[in-house]
Amino acid sequence: MLQVKALQKSFDGFLAVNDTTLNVEKGDVVAVIGPNGAGKTTLFHLITGQLAPTSGSILFKEENIAGMLPYLVCRKGISRSYQVVNIFNRLTVFENVQVAVLSYRKKTFNIFQPAKTMAVSETRKILGSVGLLDKSEMTSGSLSHGDQKVLEIAIALGNRPELLILDEPTAGMSPEETAVTLRLMERLSGELGLTILFCEHDMGMVFSIASRIMVMKQGKSIIQGSPDEVRNNQQVREAYLGGADQCST
Amino acid sequence: MILYNALFSKKTIIIGIVLLVAFLLLPYFLTRFYIYLLALIFAICLLATSLNMVLGFGGMYQFHHAVFYGFGAYAFALFVTKSGLPIWIGYVIAPFCSALLGLVLGLITVRLTQLYFGMLQLSLGSLVWAITYRWYSFTGGDDGIHGIPIPDLIGSSTGAYYFNLIVTAACLLLMYIIVNSPFGRTFQGIRDNPERCEAVGINVQRQQLVGQIIAAFFAGIAGTLFVTIEGSVFPDLMFWTFSMETLIMCLLGGWFFFMGPALGAVIIITVRTFVGIYTEYWTLILGLVLMLLIFFLPEGVLSLFFKKDVPSEKKEG
Ligand SMILES: Nc1ncnc2c1ncn2[C@@H]1O[C@H](COP(=O)(O)OP(=O)(O)O)[C@@H](O)[C@H]1O
Ligand SMILES: [Mg+2]
Repeated sequence: MLQVKALQKSFDGFLAVNDTTLNVEKGDVVAVIGPNGAGKTTLFHLITGQLAPTSGSILFKEENIAGMLPYLVCRKGISRSYQVVNIFNRLTVFENVQVAVLSYRKKTFNIFQPAKTMAVSETRKILGSVGLLDKSEMTSGSLSHGDQKVLEIAIALGNRPELLILDEPTAGMSPEETAVTLRLMERLSGELGLTILFCEHDMGMVFSIASRIMVMKQGKSIIQGSPDEVRNNQQVREAYLGGADQCST
Repeated sequence: MILYNALFSKKTIIIGIVLLVAFLLLPYFLTRFYIYLLALIFAICLLATSLNMVLGFGGMYQFHHAVFYGFGAYAFALFVTKSGLPIWIGYVIAPFCSALLGLVLGLITVRLTQLYFGMLQLSLGSLVWAITYRWYSFTGGDDGIHGIPIPDLIGSSTGAYYFNLIVTAACLLLMYIIVNSPFGRTFQGIRDNPERCEAVGINVQRQQLVGQIIAAFFAGIAGTLFVTIEGSVFPDLMFWTFSMETLIMCLLGGWFFFMGPALGAVIIITVRTFVGIYTEYWTLILGLVLMLLIFFLPEGVLSLFFKKDVPSEKKEG
């Protein structure tokens, strides 16, 4: 579904992403792991068009989307959430998701219908599935951090993506919230059949949900394989995981 | 009917009807001067609200909105004095001329964001002003155009009052509908977070361009209302200081509230009229008002009455 080949991104000569390769098949749950500054967020920015790559290709369903504008990438079927909460602060929780649904339905130039009555059931369905329905009339800026991170995912679902990209979906969450989010991702993958690409620091979470794992270090992809392959890879142990015990959950 | 349920609460409808009836009856109790003043206030309310569509609801730094107002007024004046066609047609054509200017300026400026957008608009708008100011043979230069004929029906001060009242009320209703439409919702999304809007598939620049055209259109209507009461146009209508004054109206009344800018217009025009000394001192007062606002009431007067649970600036963790 998604093939990233020899991707490079340089910031004034500094290669944040350097010769990265990534493969995501339909139905996969792919985790990208690596230390802070490895280039995971930059890689996601490149895929979703927020940044243009210096070189390399990004094939999504056989089409090269490298350098395509973000709103066009989204229309191709890729939605994303952000590591740092990036929502519509003054809008209600409901409206946050509704903006995405209205965009998906190509209603953004409709100026005469009342928005209040549009895309209501779908928006509520998404909010229900992530557990935010009872907060739907709250202003999103006043939600707790954990709820805002969940809203991040809910907004991304509004576009009915084929590929869902989550940048550290549980960053800053409490252990309970993390567990809930993990179950949400399992449901999205299992019930809706969504293909998910995410990066995460919580190794327990990564190894419990990911069907494939890609390891990044200093902008390079070291290895991509099944959780077992990655767990047992000597290079990964030495370079990143730093010991067998840490990832034997 | 569904529309009304979705857009207005019962309370809003009752307040709206009471206000409208009050304004319809008011001329029977007022002197000519106050009738004129109110008619002017209506026009400026419309102007400020049209600015706020892009400012408060779209997050666009529309620094030179008055240029669309003045352009509409001039388009109307020139059409009426030069074409020889029925005056009423001028009322229809002028807003479209403003909208066209909105399109042209928008195409150039909309690529830039925030302050850069605002600064470029300010300079392009000033260019339009300068052309108007210099082009004596066509626009009358700094003298402007006077004695513009107005249809008899609305030529008297009471007639103009009712005309401005009805047009302004209708336009406010339309703008309210637009602000609450999917377009308006999207616009508010762009105001809060353009980056995220792009990420959910919204072509932000195109939305902003359309927003600019709509705002310019309504500003153009406001321009024709001004000519209706004043019978003349002059370059000051599109001078940048007037744009700043309109901006302050929005900030003063409350730019996150639909009726905020109208309230701001009422306050500013009233104060301006009665403070009387309308020269450097007025600008000084405006500057003071702006500073006080920024420090003490960043979301305007209406925010005193309608508390929203929005953190005005979210602190970064
Ligand atoms: N816009 C940018 N300009 C310059 N350097 C950047 C920029 N964005 C990221 N970087 C650098 O690229 C590297 C990778 O960052 P990032 O992709 O955020 O890593 P990760 O998400 O894996 O923690 C970091 O060293 C960071 O400082
Ligand atoms: Mg990151």
